[in-house]
Amino acid sequence: MVLEVRGLTMEFGGLRALDAIDLALARGEIVALIGPNGAGKTTFFNCVTGIYNPTRGDIFIASQGGTRERINGLKPNKITELGLARTFQNVRLFPNMTVLENIMVARHCRTRSGILGAILRGKRIVAEEKATVMFAYRLLKRFGLEGHVNDLAKELPYGEQRRLEIARAMATEPFLLLLDEPAAGMNPKETEDLDRLIKTIRDEDGIAILLIEHDMKLVMSISDRIYVVDYGEMIAQGKPSEIAADPKVIKAYLGESFDA
Amino acid sequence: MARGVFKEIVKSFLIALWFMFLTFPIMVIKVNTIDQTITWRWMNMLYVGGGAFFLSMLWRFLMARKVAAKEEEDSWQKHVGLRFRTDPKFYLPGLAVIGVLTVVFPIFFSSYQVSIMTTALMYVMLGLGLNIVVGLAGLLDLGYVAFYAVGAYCFALLNHHFGLGFWVCLPLSALLAASFGILLGFPVLRLRGDYLAIVTLGFGEIIRLILENWNEFSFGPSGIAGISRPWFFGMKLSLQQANVYMYYIMIVLVLFTIFVVGRLRNSRIGRAWIALREDEIACQAMGIDKTRTKLTAFALGATWAGMVGCIFAAKTTFINPASFTFMESAIILSIVVLGGMGSIVGVILAALILILLPEYLRAFSQLRMIVFGASMVLMMVFRPQGIISRVKQHYEWHREA
Amino acid sequence: MDYFLELFFGGLTRGSIYALIALGYTMVYGIIQLINFAHGEIYMIGAFTALIAASVLTLLGFNGFSLLCLAGLIAVIYSAAYGYTMEKIAYKPLRQAPRLSPLISAIGMSIFLQNYVLLAQTSDFLSFPALIPEIAFLDRFAAFMMPSEVIIFVTTAVVMICLTVFIKFTRIGKAMRATSQDKTMAMLLGVNVDRVISVTFIIGSALAAVGGVLISSHIGQINFYIGFIAGIKAFTAAVLGGIGSIPGAVLGGLILGWTESFATGYVSSDYEDVFAFGLLVFILIFRPAGILGKSSSEKV
Repeated sequence: MVLEVRGLTMEFGGLRALDAIDLALARGEIVALIGPNGAGKTTFFNCVTGIYNPTRGDIFIASQGGTRERINGLKPNKITELGLARTFQNVRLFPNMTVLENIMVARHCRTRSGILGAILRGKRIVAEEKATVMFAYRLLKRFGLEGHVNDLAKELPYGEQRRLEIARAMATEPFLLLLDEPAAGMNPKETEDLDRLIKTIRDEDGIAILLIEHDMKLVMSISDRIYVVDYGEMIAQGKPSEIAADPKVIKAYLGESFDA
Repeated sequence: MARGVFKEIVKSFLIALWFMFLTFPIMVIKVNTIDQTITWRWMNMLYVGGGAFFLSMLWRFLMARKVAAKEEEDSWQKHVGLRFRTDPKFYLPGLAVIGVLTVVFPIFFSSYQVSIMTTALMYVMLGLGLNIVVGLAGLLDLGYVAFYAVGAYCFALLNHHFGLGFWVCLPLSALLAASFGILLGFPVLRLRGDYLAIVTLGFGEIIRLILENWNEFSFGPSGIAGISRPWFFGMKLSLQQANVYMYYIMIVLVLFTIFVVGRLRNSRIGRAWIALREDEIACQAMGIDKTRTKLTAFALGATWAGMVGCIFAAKTTFINPASFTFMESAIILSIVVLGGMGSIVGVILAALILILLPEYLRAFSQLRMIVFGASMVLMMVFRPQGIISRVKQHYEWHREA
Repeated sequence: MDYFLELFFGGLTRGSIYALIALGYTMVYGIIQLINFAHGEIYMIGAFTALIAASVLTLLGFNGFSLLCLAGLIAVIYSAAYGYTMEKIAYKPLRQAPRLSPLISAIGMSIFLQNYVLLAQTSDFLSFPALIPEIAFLDRFAAFMMPSEVIIFVTTAVVMICLTVFIKFTRIGKAMRATSQDKTMAMLLGVNVDRVISVTFIIGSALAAVGGVLISSHIGQINFYIGFIAGIKAFTAAVLGGIGSIPGAVLGGLILGWTESFATGYVSSDYEDVFAFGLLVFILIFRPAGILGKSSSEKV
């Protein structure tokens, strides 16, 4: 199990946003978290990534060959260091940095040069900088963004901004990737490309992926398993076909008819 | 067309009337409570009316231009600036000329002019230091003057009590200021934007007030006098010679600052600062330790202020708390913002303009501060991005990777 | 006991003035999220205008209560005018700009106004006439409470009640509340946001002027720099009570006034300003939202 969540409860004062959520993710799996707006999905992500400190429950992550670690209450940057990366519901790039720099920043926790090194620029530091630039460039090439290397992130068209955000998360070399509504605002063609991209990440890099998504076509196409939350509670989980037929889910969320 | 012009004239006329009404009590009626007299200065109404009429026309003209120009890129600036920086054919001769001019400056200008230039250079260094905190890391520090004071008093007191010299105290001032930077940084880690600004302002004022009132420690409002000048091979320098010496020391230190700050900006830590400024939450999600990054920014920023403080004490040989008011912080902040956040060249230009211009317009010295205040407002209204707006690291690949 | 009461009423007086000025800060911040650095200068201009008006009116034969009211009224009108103009020049053009720009503009405006008064008038301290007349029946409390103090906090209380009624029950008061919660939505619903913002500045400035006139009568002297310190302290009060909250500004003002009064009375008077700033720093570190403020969390 790459990610194991047991009994996760998140309360803000009197409001219970998450109620005893259990969730698990194995290596090489793509799992989707779906539910109506306000169900608590992004809150769940925020708990797992350290932005909120859960009120109750446990969150464990384990990389391949690594030990199982409890990450409750750890700082977000520490969790990223351990190998968990995420994207955001509303794109949170660094708007006034170039596309290349956005990726280079993400290499922060995998590089080591400090203040003195920055000033003195010894051989090791220069080599590390060069490696960072090259790594970033290759990653951009892989994502088809190398043409925008020196453009400011805020100048990119929306679809490419979203791709850049995923690329940036990948730059931290995670074993677990959390995607928050990656297909939001995308047209069908872009969503198809995203579909392929996510599968490639799973296949080539062996990264486990947990995504929040509203686009049912995408969810049904790529997920190995699906979890459904509503009002902070887990109301269903299982394979896509099972979820599509589950009356509770249909009642809470799917509402109108859709085409699988 | 005539209709439009007529409307504009009427508008400006009404605005002029408004300002005449607005400024009537304060500009026209001068009360002297000691003699119990009132002086009426009606001529001022004429000046206000005329000035307001003209300025309001100018204002609306510039506003219209600003709105229209918004869509257009600063293309000329981008191209010229980029070529200047990256093409050796341009920047080498440019730097050489500047280099020669700075070195021979004291030969052709009076001691007084040299002293002013030294002051300007001090503000360049202060601006570059604050640039790390505000321009790069985006931490709005309104109390920067506190570190300046710490550096100055560190040298002054060590010199007064133990006779330690300038060169020994320079690194000590830097170190002490850096420590204060961390000290100040800790409590404000969780604060953002405006709140951070106000707390740092509060800190700056607290430091000044303590220096002013804790007489046993800092000698209060009377300050510390007789601070020694920098050591020069044991020789005793005349006032003119000391000025020139100070000038050259400043040149070296400014070059050092530009070098270090430039290196820091294009490094792992520099990128972490900028990421922090751009989006604190995303930056943490990318594995950057927010706390360490902020504290490093405060500490490193404070270091420069500490050094300049030491220099200030050595230059004027007398310091007191009145030199370390909020106004100083405001001026330094203006330099950073006017220069264009994060731009080293911009900060240098802004410091030179803001400090040298008022000096050279000494004829209007009384109007200095009022012009300063007005320029701050006007600069923000008409060119908020500062002198140098785009600070981009440009990478090029010359072969397929 | 008398000393305690003296400090208590002294603090109440200070607190009332801080509250009046703090209201201007808090209302403007609530509406456009700007710390109006130049607000203290409006208070100072109010005091100067009152002094000038009083001098002229005295020549015309006014005195006593009518002098106070007339001079005060003129000060209020002028301060409101300055506030209105200031907004139009230095803040309105910057509504879409990044947060730092209006702040710098405000600092610039503050410097400008200080030096404007300095140049047009004088850098010396001017003595301010005791406009607040004696009230016979208050003499019995003279041991710890001065009549001017009574006038100050009674006036403040009355003003506060009027303001609350205004905000709660008038149409423009509702518009102000709507705009402070969601400017865009208010605009879409037909609220004239420009006018609402102007009204906010006008009211805030008027209140500052009232404070300026009252306290200057009490203290007896003014100069061009009084705006800065009063401004910082009033801002402290606003933040203390919860910036954006009107009752918060009052609460903050009173707490600050009493803290200063008792601290200087029982501990040390040299460090008066340090107490104020220290309180500010303390509050912002441990409870940035202030006492009555709601902590707004960013949606991630």
